[in-house]
Amino acid sequence: MAVAHHVAPKSMYYMVFGALIVGTLLTVGAAKVDMGPLNNVVMLAIACTKASLVILFFMHVRWSSRLTWVVAMAGFFWLLILFGVGLTDYLTRGWVPGTLR
Amino acid sequence: MSDGHAHAEHFPGRTHMPPVHVEGVPGAPHAHHPKLQHHFDNMPQQAEASTLGMWVFLVTEIMFFGGLFMAYLIYRQANPEGFAEASHHLNVFWGALNTIVLIVSSLTMALGVRAAQTSAPPKTQVFWIVVTMMFGATFLGIKAIEYADKFRLNHVPGPNFHWEGQHAAAAQMFYSLYFCMTGLHAIHMIIGLGIMTVIATMAWKRQFDADYYTPVEVAGLYWHFVDIVWIFLFPLLYLIGGHFVE
Amino acid sequence: METLNYLNNGHGAASWLLTRDHKRIALLYLVSITAFFAIGGLFAFMIRLELLTPAGDVMTADTYNKMFTMHGVVMVFFFLIPSIPAVLGNFLIPIMIGAKDLAFPRVNLLSWYIYILGGAFTLVAALSGGVDTGWTFYTPYSTAAANSHVITAAMGVFITGFSSILTGLNFIVTVHRMRAPGLTWFRLPLFVWSMYATSLIFILGTPVIAITVLLVAAERGLHMGIFDPALGGDPILFQHLFWFYSHPAVYIMILPAMGVISEIVQAFTRKNIFGYSFVAFSSLAIAIIGFLVWGHHLFVSGQSVYAGLMFSLLSFMVAIPSAVKVFNWTATIYKGSVQLDSSMLYAFGFIGLFTIGGLTGLFLAAVGLDVHIHDTYFVIAHFHYIMVGGAIMGYMGGLHYWWPKMSGRMYSEGWAKLAAGLIFVGFNLTFFPQFILGYLGMPRRYHAYPPEFQVFNVASTLGATVLAVGYALPLVYFIHSIFYGEKAPADPWGAKGLEWEIPSPPPTENFVVTPIVTHGTHQYAPSKEVGIV
Repeated sequence: MAVAHHVAPKSMYYMVFGALIVGTLLTVGAAKVDMGPLNNVVMLAIACTKASLVILFFMHVRWSSRLTWVVAMAGFFWLLILFGVGLTDYLTRGWVPGTLR
Repeated sequence: MSDGHAHAEHFPGRTHMPPVHVEGVPGAPHAHHPKLQHHFDNMPQQAEASTLGMWVFLVTEIMFFGGLFMAYLIYRQANPEGFAEASHHLNVFWGALNTIVLIVSSLTMALGVRAAQTSAPPKTQVFWIVVTMMFGATFLGIKAIEYADKFRLNHVPGPNFHWEGQHAAAAQMFYSLYFCMTGLHAIHMIIGLGIMTVIATMAWKRQFDADYYTPVEVAGLYWHFVDIVWIFLFPLLYLIGGHFVE
Repeated sequence: METLNYLNNGHGAASWLLTRDHKRIALLYLVSITAFFAIGGLFAFMIRLELLTPAGDVMTADTYNKMFTMHGVVMVFFFLIPSIPAVLGNFLIPIMIGAKDLAFPRVNLLSWYIYILGGAFTLVAALSGGVDTGWTFYTPYSTAAANSHVITAAMGVFITGFSSILTGLNFIVTVHRMRAPGLTWFRLPLFVWSMYATSLIFILGTPVIAITVLLVAAERGLHMGIFDPALGGDPILFQHLFWFYSHPAVYIMILPAMGVISEIVQAFTRKNIFGYSFVAFSSLAIAIIGFLVWGHHLFVSGQSVYAGLMFSLLSFMVAIPSAVKVFNWTATIYKGSVQLDSSMLYAFGFIGLFTIGGLTGLFLAAVGLDVHIHDTYFVIAHFHYIMVGGAIMGYMGGLHYWWPKMSGRMYSEGWAKLAAGLIFVGFNLTFFPQFILGYLGMPRRYHAYPPEFQVFNVASTLGATVLAVGYALPLVYFIHSIFYGEKAPADPWGAKGLEWEIPSPPPTENFVVTPIVTHGTHQYAPSKEVGIV
């Protein structure tokens, strides 16, 4: 018996591919429009969506065990810890008068 | 995987296992599949261990690249105009084209895994893997063109760095990050090509079918991860600000 | 003739150097780790020799810098971090979960070769003239000013990091996917819980130091000035990235030792651990919270004061799960039937010395106090109490506890007790005076000091000599036991656990028949006090 992996139809892969291409074109287009701080938000949102599509469908996480899902999420979550906790330093420097710049 | 989980609840850690398992009992399912390694009890357990292992490895890769993204985050936040100015001298066309090249390669990779998963003829499996490699090589070729361009323009950090814009220091920092991040990514692509060569050879030798295709799956996971890194690198490096210098 | 076991199953160098047996790989690590311990100890000896007198008269300041750097690099990366995981973890985890091997035996062997390669790079750096940046490689000195072999040493650390990563990966997949039927998570030995928690840190933390040392090498070699202030770079970013790993790294060093202590305490008090699930969860808590406290190394670096306060608070919080363990071990010992075998002596030593080390960590976690004692001998004493009084005692205790299983021989208990005593006395004589020195203001990493500090330094060097003798003794009696020791039974200590149900030494495949587990693997007589399960 094969590993009980769901065999996805080829059409699913083509649709995800299409979405990824659209996302790429969108992100290039959005960069040409000045939306102020929203540019970064849009760009990150598109990138995260594309990454999620690759993870869920190309990497089969949609049909994988819960453990796989937890492992994948843990990686990104830990990255957020590095960024978030690290940024608490950079964003609050100089808040106390007389300390660094 | 849905009915696989029910068994896992009863016998945690040894999925799909009957309650009593004695070595050498004839008729035990897949006890003699040629690819079953002796410390595993059955093929599903081996396959799950392998994919879990690759996912754990990918988590380390996320944290590995993560340090560079952290540096990028800090420095972009400190020098927004300088980074935008530097980013404008990257060629968005090549960057976007490379993004599409990698997305296509992910598609062909996924179809290659599917081919093995459905016991497609070895020729088909090899076809998809080789096509994936071709797109990977294309990506590297385009990066080589871009790097050569940067060398020509003296945008490579170091004693020869020369910047004509306003923010020379920030630009040199940007390009330090650019070369470190895309360079590390390119190294991963090269390693990926090596892995794919091995997988293609194994596929050519008829080693993969619906009962055993874990190496293709696991190689695919690695390939997709490298694609995901680029999915973030492209907008972060190429698309800062809205005016492009061609 | 001798029964077939993993030691005599295959002879010759190739059968060892190309082995896939986790038990043989554990022994490969044991030998190499012991060698690195000796090398690191040699550097320590040079340090203590210089510090016998206030003047910097044995070596130049530059050479002294290289001594403490190499001592730190070798001890941290090539001894402490691998020790228990690579030796005891590799040997015991498959057996403790009823499996024949780890999930990826070839990856396990690769881990060892990578470790050796990284060690070779570091030794080359040492022999070519050494590195003088401190094991912490702080920028901008390491990137711009140091004229020592930084890149070589950095590459050694980078390479060895992959050994850790692959070991952690192997352990995680093994514990998730290869437990025997019936072996639920809450029936696992506490050693396995602590090794699992350690493996989480291997996976999530090591890659960050890998990229960090790579960036130092890139800045030195390729002019990629990521930390260069002239380009707007921030040297403190290096410290953030470095300590993001290196703080959790200290939990890599202590968690396995804590797991060993949990095992020893149960065996030698004939009691189940008090509060099993609390101890199990505390390992996970230490691993997770340990990732949130790294900024306590940056209190005086220029880091924001608000970030400092947050890191200080979190550092106080991370002490809580450690304290839970100490309380639970104590409660286990209380009214237990205590056997004072050498392993148990190490466990007692651990509990006391780790407590002192941990409490002094809280002193350092208080920002105001840290301003005064940062970069003094107080810090050095603190971390040596944890790493030597704690981690190494745990390692020694574990070696003594499982030696009969691993070698099939009993060692001399008399000599073992003597060694344990010498180590305890030597250790305290070496490092307690350093608390005082730090409090009095003696800075670390200086080869000369004011004369009024000499008496404490002399005491410290004397203690180090006793400590060295204490560490040398096990080398002698363990090796002696291999040739002349009494043959060990399957369960010499009357302990509980799957490893004690198979022969000493075990057969290559560990279990002839896969065990079916129907209860917790450690079932000692229940305590009369409370209905402890």
